[in-house]
Amino acid sequence: MTVKLSSLALALLVGTSLSAVAQEFSDNKVKIGILNDQSGVYADFGGKWSYEAAKMAVEDFGGKVKDMPVEVVTADHQNKADIASNIARQWYDTEQVDAIMELTTSSVALAVQGISAEKKKIDIVTGAASSDLTGKACSPYGFHWAYDTHALAVGTGGALVGQGGDTWFFLTADYAFGYSLEEQTSNFVKSKGGNVLGAVRHPLATTDYSSFLLQAQASGAKVIGLANAGLDTANSIKQAAEFGIVAGGQRLAALLFTLAEVHGLGLEAAQGLTLTEGFYWDRDDASREWSNRFMERTGRMPNMIQAGTYSAVTQYLKAIDKAGTDETEAVAKNLHEMPVEDVFARGGKVGANGRMIYDMYLMEVKKPSESTQPWDYYKVLATIPGDEAYIKPAEAGCPLVK
Amino acid sequence: MAVTPANATTSRASRIEAALLALGIIVLVALPFFIYPIFVMKMMCFALFACAFNLLLGYTGLLSFGHAAFFGGAAYFTAHAVKEWGVGPEIGILIGVIGAAVLGVIIGFFAIRRQGIYFAMITLALSQMFFFFCVQADFTGGEDGIQGVPRGNFLGLLDLQDPHAMYYFVMANFLLGLFCVWRIVNSPFGMILRSIRENESRAISLGYSVQNYKLAAFVMSAALAGLAGAVKALVFQFATLTDVAWQMSGEVILMTLLGGIGTLVGPIFGAGFVVALQNMLATSAFPVTIATGLIFMICVLVFRRGVVGEIYAWLERRNTGNR
Repeated sequence: MTVKLSSLALALLVGTSLSAVAQEFSDNKVKIGILNDQSGVYADFGGKWSYEAAKMAVEDFGGKVKDMPVEVVTADHQNKADIASNIARQWYDTEQVDAIMELTTSSVALAVQGISAEKKKIDIVTGAASSDLTGKACSPYGFHWAYDTHALAVGTGGALVGQGGDTWFFLTADYAFGYSLEEQTSNFVKSKGGNVLGAVRHPLATTDYSSFLLQAQASGAKVIGLANAGLDTANSIKQAAEFGIVAGGQRLAALLFTLAEVHGLGLEAAQGLTLTEGFYWDRDDASREWSNRFMERTGRMPNMIQAGTYSAVTQYLKAIDKAGTDETEAVAKNLHEMPVEDVFARGGKVGANGRMIYDMYLMEVKKPSESTQPWDYYKVLATIPGDEAYIKPAEAGCPLVK
Repeated sequence: MAVTPANATTSRASRIEAALLALGIIVLVALPFFIYPIFVMKMMCFALFACAFNLLLGYTGLLSFGHAAFFGGAAYFTAHAVKEWGVGPEIGILIGVIGAAVLGVIIGFFAIRRQGIYFAMITLALSQMFFFFCVQADFTGGEDGIQGVPRGNFLGLLDLQDPHAMYYFVMANFLLGLFCVWRIVNSPFGMILRSIRENESRAISLGYSVQNYKLAAFVMSAALAGLAGAVKALVFQFATLTDVAWQMSGEVILMTLLGGIGTLVGPIFGAGFVVALQNMLATSAFPVTIATGLIFMICVLVFRRGVVGEIYAWLERRNTGNR
């Protein structure tokens, strides 16, 4: 009780002693929390590099918005939704955090988006895939920035057919995430005139893919789609290389794989792999300049999660700048309305369901002989326009969009 | 008589435990005004989970490596019942506890047929089967988990959305669970469990049907772990795969070992310590998994009885030294 009283007294004191700005900015600063996995399986996917990207965004913005200092805090949720939920609530309730971003792992993202909606705070997800975040679990203050399962399925499934990959065979992780990736991707393959020859399911966290890969090889399909994630994808790619699947003329298509994982596997194993990402550092001068600065700070090139976090923080600060306040409703309104134009997204826009819509790229991993410098990993096969890649806000199943 | 010193120390230990418990309750009542309530609620859930586990390991001598199935399973059952069937929190928790007990009967039925490492492996295997069931089953929502579980009104009266109401609701459940553990341990039934732990063949020769006692202890432990999981699902308003994964079974072993096996207060201390550590290290640059690993090693090498266990042993030594 004493704590409450004294903080109330303090608030009154601060309130009376400061000018009009104090009413427009909660507690006289803008505080952004980066919450993700920094010690577990997704530590490279976003990890503490996303925190670094967020700090870069604040520095590039000048460290201040409307003369209010901007602070970035971070925490490692260890892939546990309860830890994430505990930290998120504590941040909002006692540590004056105004927005939480990144949120790798869908169980965490869904939980924190729920809390944010309840507490009327902004959350911007860059690290999680589930398209439910802007579908049935959407929030008026929740945004989904970097990618989602739908965009990956359209990118890899739909666009690859256009590149001649018209017969498919799936290697699917035997649980809900795998099924939905396989189903969504098959739909796009079929809608583009392709053919799905079959699928084989493997248990989560399998270490031996030989029998599954042999079936895939024997199917004669031009493309083998990997509807799995994380270590499962990495292991299946490595073993596919040992079986000479890509060398034999078949194509491997990973549905959720980024530059960080390609770097982890190495070009020898990953060559010829097709995947979809929303960002590549070697895209144009602006992206090269920014990525090289990121490289200097972290010793690695950014993937779409890290670059997306940079973009999300920047856009959030722009929205505050335009609104002149960090009050949630006003900032969320601006975030919905303002176009996204930065190093990450060109001509991006935000739908009423909170989905940031921007162009995705279908990439092919280079052969070791084609790579001329460190981190020179991708060839861009096709650009998928944002409107094709993402579900239309009205069709996403979000109850907020009529 | 040879029995006296042992009796003296047990009564001394139980007196200390009673005093600690009384102190603990006072602290618990006041705590939400000083520490973030959700954090304390989480500590209580894990403390109860560790106590339930300790009932089996500390007092019956059975090392289960599958307790996550009961903890996380109950969380799923409660979350599903509350969210989809719209039952109140008290019925939801009851469903979770009964579900965990049923799982306990099934897993326990097979596991108690073997001892030691084989027992641990069977519990691990069966709980992994349950984990994969949860990964694939529709009602669990796969890796998204069951999200947005309403806390509801306790008995239709008390709105649990209020943090302090929820806090005292959790505290009541926690104390109820602890009371059950204490009652079980300090009963003739608990004495028989301890005799099984000390010398199983002698217990058999005295005419006790050891298998039945073991199964009963296993199911009770499972039900109490279920209570902890069910309450946790309401606190955080979701149930996810984390709670059924084998790492959770490992974590509860760590908590119990760290605090002190076979003491009532030990697991509570251990759980509080591990949960606080996970929370504190989350915002530091030091990887949590390495920290917990190091602590486990230190615990096993330096103080094997656990923190509270070492304190008891020290008191006992001082006690016998005085004589």
